[in-house]
Amino acid sequence: MRVESIRLLIETKAVRNRILQQVYRRIHYGDTVFWLITLVFALVVVGMIGAILFVTLYGSAMAREQFGWGFLTNPRWYHEQDGVPIYGAWPAVYGTLASSTIAVLLAGPIGIGSGVFLAELCPPWLRMPLSVLIELLAAIPSVIFGLWGVLVLAPLFERHIAIPVSRTIGTTVPLLEGPVSKGGVMIAGMVLALMILPTIAAITRDVVAVVPNSQRELLFSLGATRWQVIWLAVLPYAFAGVIGGVMLGLGRALGETMAAVMLIGNRTTVSLSLFASGTTSAALIATQLPNREDALHESALIYLALILFAITFTVNALARLLVWRIAASTR
Amino acid sequence: MISSVKASAPRNYRQTTTINLTMQTLLVVATLLAVAPLLWITGYVLVVGGSALKLSFLTKDYEAPELATEGEVIEGFPGVEHQGFERDERDGPNLDFVARGGVLHGIVGTMIITGLALIIVVPIGLMAGVFLAEYPDTWVTVVVRFACDVLTGAPSIVVGVVAYVLLVRHLGFSALAGSLALTFLMVPTITRTTEEMLKLVPMTIRDAATALGSPLWYATFTVVLPAALPGIVTGVMLAFARGAGETAPLILTAFGNHTLSFDVFGPMHALPLIVYRFTDSPFPSEHTYAWGGAFVLTMIVLGANILVRVVTAYTQVKGR
Repeated sequence: MRVESIRLLIETKAVRNRILQQVYRRIHYGDTVFWLITLVFALVVVGMIGAILFVTLYGSAMAREQFGWGFLTNPRWYHEQDGVPIYGAWPAVYGTLASSTIAVLLAGPIGIGSGVFLAELCPPWLRMPLSVLIELLAAIPSVIFGLWGVLVLAPLFERHIAIPVSRTIGTTVPLLEGPVSKGGVMIAGMVLALMILPTIAAITRDVVAVVPNSQRELLFSLGATRWQVIWLAVLPYAFAGVIGGVMLGLGRALGETMAAVMLIGNRTTVSLSLFASGTTSAALIATQLPNREDALHESALIYLALILFAITFTVNALARLLVWRIAASTR
Repeated sequence: MISSVKASAPRNYRQTTTINLTMQTLLVVATLLAVAPLLWITGYVLVVGGSALKLSFLTKDYEAPELATEGEVIEGFPGVEHQGFERDERDGPNLDFVARGGVLHGIVGTMIITGLALIIVVPIGLMAGVFLAEYPDTWVTVVVRFACDVLTGAPSIVVGVVAYVLLVRHLGFSALAGSLALTFLMVPTITRTTEEMLKLVPMTIRDAATALGSPLWYATFTVVLPAALPGIVTGVMLAFARGAGETAPLILTAFGNHTLSFDVFGPMHALPLIVYRFTDSPFPSEHTYAWGGAFVLTMIVLGANILVRVVTAYTQVKGR
């Protein structure tokens, strides 16, 4: 019996040795090749960023040479000086910043509030469905928000909020003065707020959920109420992450095209009133690039895309840093 | 002293509880404020868009609005109702026109453009994800991961501009350029899900494969990837949903085309483009196209997302 099993062992050993030899032959080249191939594909992803930068830099060369940094602060999108066309980005940049600011001011508190509710107060049976709902809503295409905004929200907003407000408060506050136009910075900002709400809520929920329980238990043991625990222990601990979430939302609002292009009215002038129409960088590109007039016009629009990319890149990078720091510190 | 503390204690207590209750209520209100409009939107799309749906809506392409025959129902009315009747009275004759076409060309276009992008994206995303998961601690990995995050946050219009400069400037508006633009947006989704899913595969499985003498690449393709397959398919579907819903890059690339087209080198319509173009159509009846297109689009996107959740939940339960 024993001899039998030893013979079997030797036989299998021999077979395995042969297999191992074959396998080893493959290891030597195979794994290096494998590493190289996956590395190349991974670098393709990095190369895509490079492609975006290169193409926008290359395409905007003419406009950058002609207008330089003054492009950013020139308050008129298009005018001619001595027969020479001059483009300026300020109306678009202003519209982008204004609508995104409104979006963050509206969506920030509500998003943080609902994120905290989901992580801290929500009864367990409701947590799962609500979370799934919010995540599903984050997946709804932006054009649908735009459609709903144009056909449902904008008329209601115009009739019940914008016109009454502009006739009362608007007479003294220039920010809210009339006349109310069909699309405007305010309504675009409101729809943008709806679009970034799920992002802010989901990230707040996640960063609040990883706050260690010891933080809460300490305050509870001192007799604190739920709100005091949230305010004094949970939120300060999760602060960086929450701000990171809001900034990710801001990044999305800055780069969002559809809601802006459908709701902001697409007029390339700057007006103080939030009820007047304006434009954003993304909206301007989307409306004008498909029917460009000449090479300079096209180059100016690509320059605008470069600026937009630079702004969103900065905001997103800062946001990622904050969220990463929270994730790293809890590990 | 002691008496003053005692006297103030109840008031303090009351104040604290009041603040507590108020703030908790505010948090609930915030959640309601967040969920309500979003439900309002989806509800609207499902009800109004659903009402536009008939067989011909899915089997026909665009037809110019025609004068309605006697007694014919003008569709798209739910949208018109909320739009304020003053406007419709002003351009009243428009209500006499009826849209009888469908969005088949949009559905086909979305499938072709997104499908083509998927063919480019899947190998790149899959291999890059394998790299991130199998060689996690090099500086290249950090750079690639950062690049993924940047791509996720890149404005879709900028990506559209890139495809415009690379292809449209030379070849004219084409579906292919649209696919190229979507590639940029879909790659990070697949890469990151693949990475996460490969990391979920237990190290013991890899160790077992290595102990049997398998090289890393062989173990990856025969053991690790099949084990993570459901998760990876999930990522591919999420990427599809992401690509199918993008509009902005398509405005600059695929542009739109009112007839059913299979030519990837020419302009092609897509569902999100249909929604965009018909939202401010002067004919209220053509809003049907927008709502109906939105309905079909929502079904595709939400369907993919829900399916993904079901699959993940199922495999997780099975895995345990």
